[in-house]
Amino acid sequence: MPLLSVEHVTRRFGGVVAVDDVSLGVESGQIAGLIGPNGAGKTTLFNLITRLYRPDSGEIAFDGESLLRTPPHRIVRRGIARTFQNVELFPSMTVLENVLVGSHGRGGRSARELLGELGLDAVVHRRAAGLAFGTMKRLELARALASSPRLLLLDEPAAGLSHEEVEELGALIRRIRASFDLTVLLVEHHMNLVMGVADRVHVLDFGRKLAEGSPAEVQRNPAVIEAYLGSERPQHAPA
Amino acid sequence: MSRVVRIAAGLVAAAAAVALVLVLPHWLSDARAAEFARAGCFFIAILGLNLLTGYTGQISLGHGALMAVGAYTTAILTANHGFRDLWTIPLAGLVAMGAGFLLGLPARRLSGLYLALATFAFAVAMPALLKRFSGLTGGSQGINLFDKALTRSTGALGPVHVLGRTVATNDFLYYLTWGTGLVLAAAAWVLVRGRVGRAFRAVRDSEVAAASSGINTGFYKMLAFGISGFYAGVGGSLFVLVSNWFVSPTTFAFDKSLLLVVGAVVGGLGSLAGMALGALFIQFVPSWAGNVSNAPGAPSVFFGAAIVLVMILLPSGLGGVLRKLTEPLTTRL
Ligand SMILES: Nc1ncnc2c1ncn2[C@@H]1O[C@H](COP(=O)(O)OP(=O)(O)OP(=O)(O)O)[C@@H](O)[C@H]1O
Ligand SMILES: [Mg+2]
Repeated sequence: MPLLSVEHVTRRFGGVVAVDDVSLGVESGQIAGLIGPNGAGKTTLFNLITRLYRPDSGEIAFDGESLLRTPPHRIVRRGIARTFQNVELFPSMTVLENVLVGSHGRGGRSARELLGELGLDAVVHRRAAGLAFGTMKRLELARALASSPRLLLLDEPAAGLSHEEVEELGALIRRIRASFDLTVLLVEHHMNLVMGVADRVHVLDFGRKLAEGSPAEVQRNPAVIEAYLGSERPQHAPA
Repeated sequence: MSRVVRIAAGLVAAAAAVALVLVLPHWLSDARAAEFARAGCFFIAILGLNLLTGYTGQISLGHGALMAVGAYTTAILTANHGFRDLWTIPLAGLVAMGAGFLLGLPARRLSGLYLALATFAFAVAMPALLKRFSGLTGGSQGINLFDKALTRSTGALGPVHVLGRTVATNDFLYYLTWGTGLVLAAAAWVLVRGRVGRAFRAVRDSEVAAASSGINTGFYKMLAFGISGFYAGVGGSLFVLVSNWFVSPTTFAFDKSLLLVVGAVVGGLGSLAGMALGALFIQFVPSWAGNVSNAPGAPSVFFGAAIVLVMILLPSGLGGVLRKLTEPLTTRL
């Protein structure tokens, strides 16, 4: 049984069907990639899983139990933590305080230890607002890990990072999966990163599930290649 | 290291504030002491408003009405139920806390201007409510403890004996309000640095991130309204004592609510020390404005101009100036 299962989930915004009858499963311990062109519905799916949005139909279950009756602030207690596409830190609070808030709903490792592990010990008492972008993203990751999640949802963790930072990120994701005993669902446009770390890749296009398979299978899939070449971001087409 | 210095500087500043509060009455006339006591009530209410607006990001234009709840709790318990006025102060805080929770209910759904209007409606309705339930509140006559409970009104009969000293009534009221204010300021200082205060600030900074971190944002908004209501209630309770043990519906007309917001903003939201300056501002600047000219409407215009001037010259309020003055000290050390 998958740790996370999404079954026939649909969510509309006015006339737009942002997520259209999508089903997918993420097995415990997996790093699963979720890719698709802009507007495919990836972030909406994250927002549905974390209950910021309610699906119009379908079922989402975690560890065999429905998530749909869990209010948003209880999601983290069920063992699901996330990062946001447009970094959502607490800008006026210090790095340490950001991580302490991360353990509000469910504690785990000591915040100091966590900051050390993510290379943030030099900025512990700095306000989040003044940090470099890459540091903000690492802080957001640290905050998510502070709740000792079983499932970590990462929404474009590589966006805006330098080439070296992206390389490090791949290694970091693998490392935290091992040391935190995590399952990861990763939304990313950076194909080298996804194809490098993911065990399995799910593809969305216009809200629909387009394909699923190993990174190699997905890269060969003609429908996936078509979706990416037809989009406005050909630079992100799978190599 | 710099943190240690900053904490030490904070303690020194707190000690200096306590010392200043202690010695100030020696230089004040009796009438001035009464005015400072009144400012002390505003200080306490504004501390509460600051927790709500400065730290949790929720607007309230209804805090004058929460002060009224505290004030009437004290007046009713002392006048009709045999309580000594001083013992009703914490009770007034608790009753206003309950009212604050209720006032916070709309905050779970509304924000910004809509929340401002919902809370303002409470401020506007309060005097009418007080008149409507005249059996309890004395209607538009209000409640005069001086008549109804003279012996239970501490200091109403003359100087007060505390700790083996004899203290003039207005000095006593001054020490009572500012002493209470300093204790509640220390409590606020501790609160905003702990788990609850972090949750408040998280709600202010990003509601989605707060919710995703496990914070029940609706609950914490209501809690902030409740705690803030406690402060307003204590301030309102003391306001009865400093108003010659008298309260009526006009004591807390809606302009008090606006005045408190002015005090909090001028003081500098998010700065606890600034709140004392904000309280002094709303206590003294309107009467100074009256001294400049008492042509019809002129005092209000001068008071308004003073507010605008502070906001233009000091966008982060008087508290921001305090911070700027002390920052070089703490960073250089
Ligand atoms: N709150 C909302 N209100 C209205 N429309 C929305 C909302 N959220 C998402 N949408 C729409 O749903 C569709 C899917 O958006 P979503 O953000 O999920 O895409 P995405 O796959 O994350 O894209 P990107 O790669 O650009 O981040 C888009 O057409 C978007 O405009
Ligand atoms: Mg997105």
